[in-house]
Amino acid sequence: MALAVGQPLGRDGNLNRLIQVCEDEDVALLEIKNLHVEVEDKKILNGLTLTIEKGQVAAIMGPNGSGKSTLAYVLAGKDNYHVTEGDVLLDGKSILGMAPDERAAKGVFLAFQYPVEVPGVATMTFLRTALNAQRKTRGEPEFSTPEFMKRVRETSKLLGIDQEMLRRAVNVGFSGGEKKRNEILQMAVLEPRLAVLDETDSGLDIDALKIVSEGVNRLRSPERSMIVITHYQRLLEYIVPDVVHVMAKGRVVKSGGKELALELEATGYAQFADEAA
Amino acid sequence: MPAVQETVEHVRSIDVDQYKYGFVTDIESEKAPKGLSEDTVRFISAKKNEPEWMLAWRLEAYKRWLTMREPTWARVDYPKIDYQNAYYYSAPKRNVLASLDEVDPEILRTYEKLGIPLREQEILAGVVKPEGERRVAVDAVFDSVSVATTFKAELKKAGVIFMPMSEAIREHPELVRKYLGSVVPVTDNFFATLNSAVFSDGSFVYVPPGVRCPMELSTYFRINEANTGQFERTLIIADKGAYVSYLEGCTAPMRDENQLHAAVVELVTLDDAEIKYSTVQNWYPGDADGKGGIFNFVTKRGDCRGARSKISWTQVETGSAITWKYPSCILRGDNSRGEFYSIAISNGRQQVDSGTKMLHLGKNTTSRIISKGIAAGKSDNTYRGLVSAHRKATGARNFTNCDSLLIGDRCGAHTVPYIEAKNSSAVFEHEATTSKISEDMLFYCRQRGMSAEEATALVVNGFVKDVLQQLPMEFAVEAQKLISISLEGSVG
Amino acid sequence: MNAEVRAMKTAAEQALSAAFAAACDTLPGKGAVAALREDAFKRFDAKGLPHRRVEEWKYTDLRALMREAKPLAGPAGAKPKGDIEPVLTGVDANHTAIVNGRYEPAWSDFKDNDPGVSIVELFKFLADEPGYRLGETPGSGDPAHWLNTAFMSGGVALRVKRGAAPAKPIHIAHVFSGDAGAAMYPRVVVIVEPGAQLTLIESFSGPEGIDYQVNSALELVIGDGARVDHIKVGCDGGAALRVSTLGVAVGAKANYKNFAFTVGGAVVRNQTFVRFGGEGSEGAIDGASLLKGRQHVDNTLVISHAVGHCMSRERFKSVLDGESHGIFQGKIIVEPHAQKTDGKMMTRALLLSDEAEADNKPELEIFADDVVCGHGATAGALDEGLRFYLMSRGIPAKEAEALLVQAFIGEVVEEIAHEGVRDALMFAALKWLGSR
Repeated sequence: MALAVGQPLGRDGNLNRLIQVCEDEDVALLEIKNLHVEVEDKKILNGLTLTIEKGQVAAIMGPNGSGKSTLAYVLAGKDNYHVTEGDVLLDGKSILGMAPDERAAKGVFLAFQYPVEVPGVATMTFLRTALNAQRKTRGEPEFSTPEFMKRVRETSKLLGIDQEMLRRAVNVGFSGGEKKRNEILQMAVLEPRLAVLDETDSGLDIDALKIVSEGVNRLRSPERSMIVITHYQRLLEYIVPDVVHVMAKGRVVKSGGKELALELEATGYAQFADEAA
Repeated sequence: MPAVQETVEHVRSIDVDQYKYGFVTDIESEKAPKGLSEDTVRFISAKKNEPEWMLAWRLEAYKRWLTMREPTWARVDYPKIDYQNAYYYSAPKRNVLASLDEVDPEILRTYEKLGIPLREQEILAGVVKPEGERRVAVDAVFDSVSVATTFKAELKKAGVIFMPMSEAIREHPELVRKYLGSVVPVTDNFFATLNSAVFSDGSFVYVPPGVRCPMELSTYFRINEANTGQFERTLIIADKGAYVSYLEGCTAPMRDENQLHAAVVELVTLDDAEIKYSTVQNWYPGDADGKGGIFNFVTKRGDCRGARSKISWTQVETGSAITWKYPSCILRGDNSRGEFYSIAISNGRQQVDSGTKMLHLGKNTTSRIISKGIAAGKSDNTYRGLVSAHRKATGARNFTNCDSLLIGDRCGAHTVPYIEAKNSSAVFEHEATTSKISEDMLFYCRQRGMSAEEATALVVNGFVKDVLQQLPMEFAVEAQKLISISLEGSVG
Repeated sequence: MNAEVRAMKTAAEQALSAAFAAACDTLPGKGAVAALREDAFKRFDAKGLPHRRVEEWKYTDLRALMREAKPLAGPAGAKPKGDIEPVLTGVDANHTAIVNGRYEPAWSDFKDNDPGVSIVELFKFLADEPGYRLGETPGSGDPAHWLNTAFMSGGVALRVKRGAAPAKPIHIAHVFSGDAGAAMYPRVVVIVEPGAQLTLIESFSGPEGIDYQVNSALELVIGDGARVDHIKVGCDGGAALRVSTLGVAVGAKANYKNFAFTVGGAVVRNQTFVRFGGEGSEGAIDGASLLKGRQHVDNTLVISHAVGHCMSRERFKSVLDGESHGIFQGKIIVEPHAQKTDGKMMTRALLLSDEAEADNKPELEIFADDVVCGHGATAGALDEGLRFYLMSRGIPAKEAEALLVQAFIGEVVEEIAHEGVRDALMFAALKWLGSR
C-alpha cells in the first residue's frame, strides 16, 4: 500500500494525488466518485470524491450543512437520498443498487449520530437478529445462543456496558453516552469492514468520550477502515486519524494529515466558504 | 416446552400458500343434516345423550334466536350468512372412545401437524426436563367434538374437573346447570343465542376451593369439515381461592367458502379466585383477495363474582377473515380486577373488530386494558371497548392504552372507546395512538443487516411486547412466530 | 341496529310532521330553497328523531329527551333594555341579533362600517346569490340538521371579503324571546374569503324557566390562508333544549379555532363537523362545559382530514356537578391519502358529585399510514391531595375546590385568543362556581 497508515499527506496533499496513489495499488476498500446527492429536491452532495484504503482511519470534518451526515446516510443506503450522479464502489463494485441490509452484510456499518430507539426489543435480541441475518446473507453459519452471548458479554465488559443494559430495549431510556456506547458495542459485535461514525462525539462528556474512543481504537485493524465524521477536533485527539478530509458545500475541499485538524481548530471553517463555491 | 417448538417447526414445514395450517384431514365424519331447525337442535342433543333440561335450554335459545337480528354495529363487512346452508354438527365417526388409541389416527396426525401434544406420553416426555416445570393438559376439539382430554387422572387427583362439555352435562349436571348461561345469558346476542341452541362441545373446567390447578389447561380447536359451523361452549369456574390458567389455540384448513365460528366462553371467579385465559387465534384468514376464511363471532365474558377475584384475558388474534370478539369482565365483586391484553394483526383483506368491556359494579374494582392493533395489506383493524363505572362502583379505576400501527397505505386502523363514568370517585385514564411503522426504526434495523421483513417483524414484536409478556412462555414464543408469519407479504 | 324498521312515530315526530305540512308554504324562500326544505324533511321523516340506537346519538336520545315539539316561534317584540348577551358585557364587538330564528336589525348593534364585511338577511342572500349552495358544508347528513333545513326561518349571511380583517369580533346572538315555549330554527352562513381574518362569537340565550327549543345551524366556509377564531357561548335558560350543528369547510393554509363554552340549557347538543379540504391548515377545536342540576350537554365532533399535511388539536373539559350528564364524542377521521396528518384529542371530565355522569367516546378512524394521531381521555374527581394541600394552607374546602376547578377550566379557556372574550368566559366560570 503506497499510502501507509499514519503517513501524513502534508498540507498540500490533495485529492488528485490521493486518487493517483490508489489507482497504482490493489483496489481501495471504498471509492466515492463524483457523487451528487439530492434530498427532497435539495442538492446536498456536489461531486464528492473520496477514497478510503483498507485499514485507514479517515476523519471527515466540516461545518454544519456541509453534507457530512448525508454522506453517512448515502453510504448506508437510506431512502430518499437520491444519487443523481457518480458512484460508490466497495471493493471496486458499486453498492448504490443495494438495500441497506445487503450493504451491512458486505461490512458497511453506520454508527448513528442519533441512535434510534426501538421499544420492546431487547438490545441482546436486536444484536443477535442483526448478526445472524448478516451471517445468513453471507452464507455463514448462524451463531449458537451461548456462543453469541459470550461474545457480547466480553465486548460489553470492555466498553463498560452494564449487562442490565443488554436486557433493556434498544436505546430506550438510554442516556446520550449509553446510546453512543451501544453503537460501538454493535460495531464490535458485527465486525464491519467499513465503519462510519457519524458525530459519535456529539452529546458526550469527556469521560464518555474517552470510553467510546477507547472502544473504537480497540477495533482499529488493518482489516477495518473507518470514517470518523466530526465537527470538532476534540474527538481526533482520542481517535487519531490517518488522514483528514475537509468537506464544504457537499464536496471534499481539502485533505491532509492529522495536523490539518489542529489547523482547522485554529482557523475555523470560514476559509472554505469560497473554495467550494 | 418441546411441543411448542414442534409447533413452530410444523408451521415452518407445512408450506401451504401463506397459511401454514391449511391442510384438510381426510376422515369420515358424521354430520347433522344441513340447515338449522328445531330438528337440528334435537339431533345434536340426542347425539350427545343430553338430559331433558339441556334440550329444553337449547330449544328455548333456538326460539329466541329466530326473533333476533344479526348485529350490524361492528366495522365489518361480509356477505350475508346463509344459516340454512351450513352443517351444525360434525363429529368424526367412532366418537365413543375408551382410550386415545381409538382416536382416528388421521386426527392424531392432524394434531401432530399442529404440534399439539395429544398423547400424554409425549407431553410427559416433554415435561421431564430439568427446568421444565410447565405442563399442559389438552382438550382437543375437532370440528364439533372433543376428541381427547389428556392428563385427566392427574387433574382428578387435584380435584380439578377438566372434560368436554358434553361429558360435564352428563357427569356434573349440578355445576353445569348452576353456571351455564349465568355469565352470557341465552338471550345475550345473536351469535351467543345461536351457540346456546346448537353448541356441540367445548371444555368444562371446575377448580375447587383453594386449589391451584397443577398445570396449564389447554384447548385446541380445529375446523376441518367443509361448511361446518363450529360452536364450542366453554365454561370455567374457579371456586373460592382457586387459580387456573387456560390456553386456547385455533386453526382451520383453507377453504374457499367461509366457515362460521360462533363460540361462547364463560368464566366465573368466586372470592379470591383467579382465571387467566390466553388465546392464540390463527383461523384461516382467507386468501389475498378475501376469498374464504373463518367468520369468527365470539362471545367471551368473565364474571368476577367474588370479592378480590381476578380475570385476565390475553389474546393474540392473527387469523380469521372476520373477527368479532370482545372478551369482557363484569367486575361485580368488591376489589375485583379485570385485565385485557390484546394483539390483533390484520393483513390481506382481514377485518378485525375486537376489544373489551370492563363493567365496574363493585367497590374498588380495577381494570387494565392494553391493546395493540397492527393493520397491514388492505385490512381493517378496529379496537372497540367500553369502560363503565356504575353508580355504586366507588373507587373504580381503569387504565387503557390502545395503540395502532399501520403498515402500508391501503389499510385502516380505528379506535372506538366508550368511557362512561357514573361515579365521581372513579378514575379513568385512556390513551390511544395511531402511527405508521417508523421508517427510522426500520432503517436502523436494516443498517444492522436485517431484511425488510425481519426488520418489520422485529419492530412489531417490540410494539406488542407488553402483551406478549402476559402470555405463558411457550405460547409467547409461538405467538411471536405467528406474528412474523401473518405479516408476510406486508412489506415491499 | 341502524337498519331497523321505523318504530311508531312519537308525539314530537307527529307534531313536527303536522307543523311542516302547515308551514311549508309560508316559510321563507321559494324554488330551490323550498325544494331543499322538502327534501330535508322527507329525509328526517324517514328516520325520525335520532335515538340511542343511532350510534352518533348514542348518549343523547332525542326521541326520549324531546317529548314534544313546540310550535314555531313567532316574531320578536321590542328589544328589552340592556345587552343582548349579558355574559359578553364588556366585550367590544359588533352585535347581530337573530331573535326567535329571525334576523332583527332593531335588536342588533353593528357599530363599524367596514367595507370588507357584509351582513345580509339569509333569504335575501340566497336570492341574490343563487350560486351559493346551501347545506354543502360537512354535517348535512345529520337528522337534526335536516330538521333545521326543513324549518329554517331566517338568519344572516356574513361575508368577510378577501384579505379583510375586521377590527372587532362579530357577534351573532341567538336569542329566544317570549313567555311560552316555542321552537326556533335559525340558520347562519359565514363566508371568510381567502386571506381574510375574523373573530366570530356566537351566543345562545333565552329566559329562565321557559321550555323553548332551538335547532340552529351555522355553515362556515374558510378560504385559503384565512384565519377564523370562533367562540360559541351557550347560556340558554335552564329549561331550554338546544341542538346546534356547525359545519366548517377549511381551505388550504388556513387556521380555524373553535371554542365551545356551555353553562346553560337543560339539554344541549353542540355538534361540530370540520373538514380539512386543503393542505397546510391548522385547527384547534376546544371547549369547556360547566354543568349542574340535571343538565345534559353533549359535545360531538367529527374532524375529517380529507387531505394531508394538516394539524388538528381538540381539547375539551367538563365540570359536572349535581346529577348532570356530560358527553364528549370526538372522532378524528383521516381519509385515504391524507398523509402527514397530525391529529390529537384530549378530553377531561371532572366529577364533583356522585350523581353526575361523564361519557367519553374519543374515536380514531384512520385510512392513511403516515400519520400521527392520538387521543387521551380521563374522568375523575378533584385531586384529594391538592385539595388537602390548599386546605392545609388555610383555604376553606369550598374555596379550595373552586380554585382547583378554576385551574382545571382555565387551562382550556386560556386558549381563546381574544382577551376580552377570554376574560368574560372566565368570569362566567367563576360566577358558576360562586353559585354552586
